[in-house]
Amino acid sequence: MEEIIISTIQRTMVAGTPLLLATTGEVLCERSGILNLGVEGVMAVGAVVAFIVTMTTGQPWLGVLAAVAAGMAISVIHAVASVSLQANQVVSGLALTMLGLGLSGMMGKPYVGKPLTIKMDDVAIPWLCDLPVVGNIFFNQSPFFYLAVFLALVAWFFLERTRLGIQVRSTGENPRATETQGVNVYLLQYWSVIIGGGFSALAGAHLSISYSKSWVEGMTAGRGWIAIALTIFALWNPGRAIWASFVFGGIFVAQYLLQPLGISPNFLAMLPYVATLVILLLISLRDPRKLNAPAMLATPYKRGER
Amino acid sequence: MTMIQISFSDRYNITPLRSLMTSAGAFAAGLIVIGLIFAFVGVNPFYAISEIFMGSFGSVYGIKETITKAIPLILVGAGLTLAFRAKFWNIGAEGQLLMGAIFATWTAQTLGPSLPSWAIVPIMFAAGFIGGAFWGIIPAFLKIKYAINEVITTLMLNYICAEFLTMLIVGPWKGKTRFGFPGTDNLPDSAILGIISGSRIHYATLILALASCLILWVVIYRTRFGYEARVVGENPDAGKYAGINFLKTSLILMAISGGLAGFAGVGEVAGIHHYLGYPASVSSGYGFTAIIVAWLAKLNPVYAILSGLVFAGIVVGGDAIQISLGLPAATVQIVNGTLLIFLIMGDYFLNHQFKIRFKKK
Repeated sequence: MEEIIISTIQRTMVAGTPLLLATTGEVLCERSGILNLGVEGVMAVGAVVAFIVTMTTGQPWLGVLAAVAAGMAISVIHAVASVSLQANQVVSGLALTMLGLGLSGMMGKPYVGKPLTIKMDDVAIPWLCDLPVVGNIFFNQSPFFYLAVFLALVAWFFLERTRLGIQVRSTGENPRATETQGVNVYLLQYWSVIIGGGFSALAGAHLSISYSKSWVEGMTAGRGWIAIALTIFALWNPGRAIWASFVFGGIFVAQYLLQPLGISPNFLAMLPYVATLVILLLISLRDPRKLNAPAMLATPYKRGER
Repeated sequence: MTMIQISFSDRYNITPLRSLMTSAGAFAAGLIVIGLIFAFVGVNPFYAISEIFMGSFGSVYGIKETITKAIPLILVGAGLTLAFRAKFWNIGAEGQLLMGAIFATWTAQTLGPSLPSWAIVPIMFAAGFIGGAFWGIIPAFLKIKYAINEVITTLMLNYICAEFLTMLIVGPWKGKTRFGFPGTDNLPDSAILGIISGSRIHYATLILALASCLILWVVIYRTRFGYEARVVGENPDAGKYAGINFLKTSLILMAISGGLAGFAGVGEVAGIHHYLGYPASVSSGYGFTAIIVAWLAKLNPVYAILSGLVFAGIVVGGDAIQISLGLPAATVQIVNGTLLIFLIMGDYFLNHQFKIRFKKK
């Protein structure tokens, strides 16, 4: 019994990892006032690029770097549309998702169903991994897990405690006032979108080279959209994103736990999506002023206007 | 030395011609980028793009197929023009279409065997409308009552509906005539829609689609409800002062938007497949492609007829180059995504005028 519980929690951490990476990226992006609905597509691009580069070079970390670079590059499209051209951010993000899913399908076609033989090994943290129970759960994990938690903490520190982070947040609240302080609002928004895209791609890389070690079209399975919901659930705070993501990781794992009970697998597959709706409903019962949404989220900023 | 200075300023006189020219320009720019992508993967872009065009509009067979695929795109796209005008970002048309298909299948299987065609077909379409509308008003309710972002809810409902449909066809609804494969039995003969001979065009749905566009145009531009829907989208504060009931308006507009997607689901099941199969076979992403249809139509339901035909052509032509050039199915998504990006970027050049001055220094 104890073994089952430990392995369940361990798998929860694994399933929550891509959600945490993508959510952290989206929090950064939305804090600057830009809504990016392209997460799902960028994640797919990250997954396929990481897979192809890892397979051809035999270097998983090279695959990760290439994925992040590709994710950042394709996110420039959304930055140009939503920041410079003040386009509708909902539609622009959707277009990015379509393009990303399409490109990943095209690039990955020759690789469908091929197993990845080069593994990214789990890393045991010396001393800590020997602790009873928690040792195996938290300190004997895929490098992506440590990276995700570390980056979320860095993002929290950046947004809450650094000068540049405060400038990003105030851009999302009041870009005009921020600009009068001598901050280049457009530049900050560009980088927020681009770095957010890098995070989404990193989440995708985890899926293809660590989580499932293969590539199939549509393997992101809505995780990008769930990350956007988790951004709201986390109240735009990367610190809260950590536990929010792992709660959802648990829901993904619950599907497999409940399957032996004879429940329809399709019914269980609905769980993460239903849970997303339930969580959003619970969050909305809070006082909207405490929701913390950036005031100018998804509102294009026009320079030199009053 | 001459300096080139480009300055942008807001444009207020947007004529229909200028609007059309901007869309055409954006479309052309998008095609160039798509051509570059084709060239990058080693396909002759001129050949590929002409193949898409010839495959869809270049033969009688192609035109028939294009019209067939345009039926769901026009229906869903028209419904989305209404929702998007109210800035209700309904990304859930795919799920609404599937729910319409589920309701229609149930109605046809239950009532079809004992009813003549003239009775079951209208009942089936009504059931499909109700199914799509039901799936559409849930996010409207959640948005207005609980301020839950509709982009997320409509998307989650897509996934939920697709899993629900699969659960039905592998479980309780699995047909005896499918030899163990997932899917319902064929609908009763009375519920199968008539086609124009020599094609797959189920004309009842086509007529319904064209009529819906015209009626919706009247609703949007000539009725109080349409006015209220536009105010909700363009100026919600003014709407509140004017006493518009946001909940009622949103519920109605999403019932219409979802219902039209439901109609499309009925057409696909009763007109094309004749049974309920996997979600991906019932709808090949029409709910998402229709978003671009609505956008290219500048959120005007009558223009959605034309833009629906254009994107149906891309779907059919995309199928053609998959076979002739061995490109993956994802190609159509790339084409669609790229065109949508250029269309929204083009809006900037519609809403702004730019002057190029040459200054002598």
